Amino acid sequence: MLVGRDITFRVGSKELISDISASFTPGGLHLIVGPNGAGKSTLVKVLARLLRPQSGTVEYEAVDVARAGEAELAKRRAVLSQAIEIAFPLTVREVVMMGRYPHFSGRPGPTDEQIVDEVMRHFDVTEFKDRYYQSLSGGERQRVNFARVLAQLWDHTTESCRYLFLDEPLTFLDIRHQIDFMKRIRNFTRDAEVVTVGVVHDLNLAARFADQILMLDGGRIVANGPPAEVLTTERIRQVFGVEPTMVQTQDSGLHLIFN
Amino acid sequence: MTTQHGRRQLLLIALVAVTLLVLLASIRYGAIDFSITEITHAIASLFPGQPEPTLDQRIFLELRFPRAILCLLVGASLGVGGTLMQALFRNPIVEPGLVGTSSGAAFGSALFFVLGGVFHIGASLWSLPIAACAGGVISTYLVFLLARSREDGRASIVMLLLTGLAVNALFMSGIGFLSYIARDPQARSITFWSLGTLSGASWKSVEIVALSTVLGSIVAIRYAKQLNALMIGEEEATYLGVNVNRLKWIILSVNVVIVAVATAFTGVISFVGLVVPHILRMLGGADNRFLIVGSALTGATLLTLADLIARLSVRPAELPIGIVTSAVGVPVFIFLLRRRQYVF
Repeated sequence: MLVGRDITFRVGSKELISDISASFTPGGLHLIVGPNGAGKSTLVKVLARLLRPQSGTVEYEAVDVARAGEAELAKRRAVLSQAIEIAFPLTVREVVMMGRYPHFSGRPGPTDEQIVDEVMRHFDVTEFKDRYYQSLSGGERQRVNFARVLAQLWDHTTESCRYLFLDEPLTFLDIRHQIDFMKRIRNFTRDAEVVTVGVVHDLNLAARFADQILMLDGGRIVANGPPAEVLTTERIRQVFGVEPTMVQTQDSGLHLIFN
Repeated sequence: MTTQHGRRQLLLIALVAVTLLVLLASIRYGAIDFSITEITHAIASLFPGQPEPTLDQRIFLELRFPRAILCLLVGASLGVGGTLMQALFRNPIVEPGLVGTSSGAAFGSALFFVLGGVFHIGASLWSLPIAACAGGVISTYLVFLLARSREDGRASIVMLLLTGLAVNALFMSGIGFLSYIARDPQARSITFWSLGTLSGASWKSVEIVALSTVLGSIVAIRYAKQLNALMIGEEEATYLGVNVNRLKWIILSVNVVIVAVATAFTGVISFVGLVVPHILRMLGGADNRFLIVGSALTGATLLTLADLIARLSVRPAELPIGIVTSAVGVPVFIFLLRRRQYVF
């Protein structure tokens, strides 16, 4: 269970997010939506403890994370970000192995090697495990990064809850990859009982995959709940300034068309 | 991984062998050549019960041998320094000479000689390396302070290189001024500081440089895994459990100390730190655990080769070693700059 209480984060005198309180349950996919500058990315970074809020607390399993050590935290918290550039020749397997860094000191153990092989199979990147990361396409790179991030959270042995954050990982990906990634994320979240909180731009992706949607505007929560409750015509018009038409489709549920 | 790991171990073993071979050549050839028998006799004379060393043997023991060892150590320092800087800035075209560390250290050392002459400060064993470190810290800090962008506080590589250029020029002209007013013969030799030479080597300098090189490398290897994580970005490294600010401070300090101490005894030797990690990455990839050990060995080998060229090309005189390293390093630097795949 992840709980944020009265979180306010500001840069200088400007409040990027104000008085945010929300809780996120294991096994549920929580997606944050909102217009540009709403504070989505800031909120995810605060919840992942990259940024420290000026007031309010973030609690993992009812324990304030403010004092958790960086190395200890990395064993149960992972973040999938936007496209990552690497200026040095690293092989795909080396990049995926980085996900195991928090779990070993010195050289990787047999468990680490085994987990890396498993996640690489899981994301179909085994075939290019010895290729350099730079030589891959955008979609392939993001698959590698996803494998790395999951390698970090793969262990079932740890008793404590695991936390996965998505900081706009779908940017720069084509529609096929976007859907493919959302499916994998949803499945992993359910199967591994992970707390997943992420930012996506596409409201239709959010509507289709989220268990809960948290809508932000101007750094404040506008709505928080299941997609059908949050994504109403009236609210989308107010927050995004566009006029949506709601369509209920057979297989993927709610669908939005913008005029 | 296993194949790559094995390949890297083989490479490192090969590098050790090459280093030893080059060391042997370095102690054999020079203004006068020593045969293997002479070398063994000279070394044997150090042990009790052996005949007193002859003049030739003393030349070997007090000049040639410490010089060869100092050369290995300085090369190793510069190689490791280059690897650390490149890992820290996530960019393959930075090196200690380019961000002001070397020229600042040389300035600190020159200032120490001049002030020592004026104020009659007793030159203890440690005061020269401390002065060099102070100079290196000040110049490196100055470069980073001036290169930082006002918006996000980060230093872009273009700004870093340009600022480094300016600060280097400033400290080199400072050295020029000091050489001009100096009475101390070593401070008076501007070529010593600006082009580098190993001709002043002694066992004392070997001891000090050995200490900083070995300790610095051990610390660096301990942080190699964290430096690897830094390759995918500062935020990503934080998510992988790395305290990035702490890592930066430690690595920068290690780098300044090993480079400054080496510079205190040899003057500015550029481009070794640039070329060495690059060669290694082509041979064995970018894993810093491999790079740090490998760049110590490769740096030692390359600088020893450069020193051999410096000594043999115009013998019995010798060239400043910096001329040799720049002649090789500058083309490589320009080649790297022009390659498109490195984003600035």
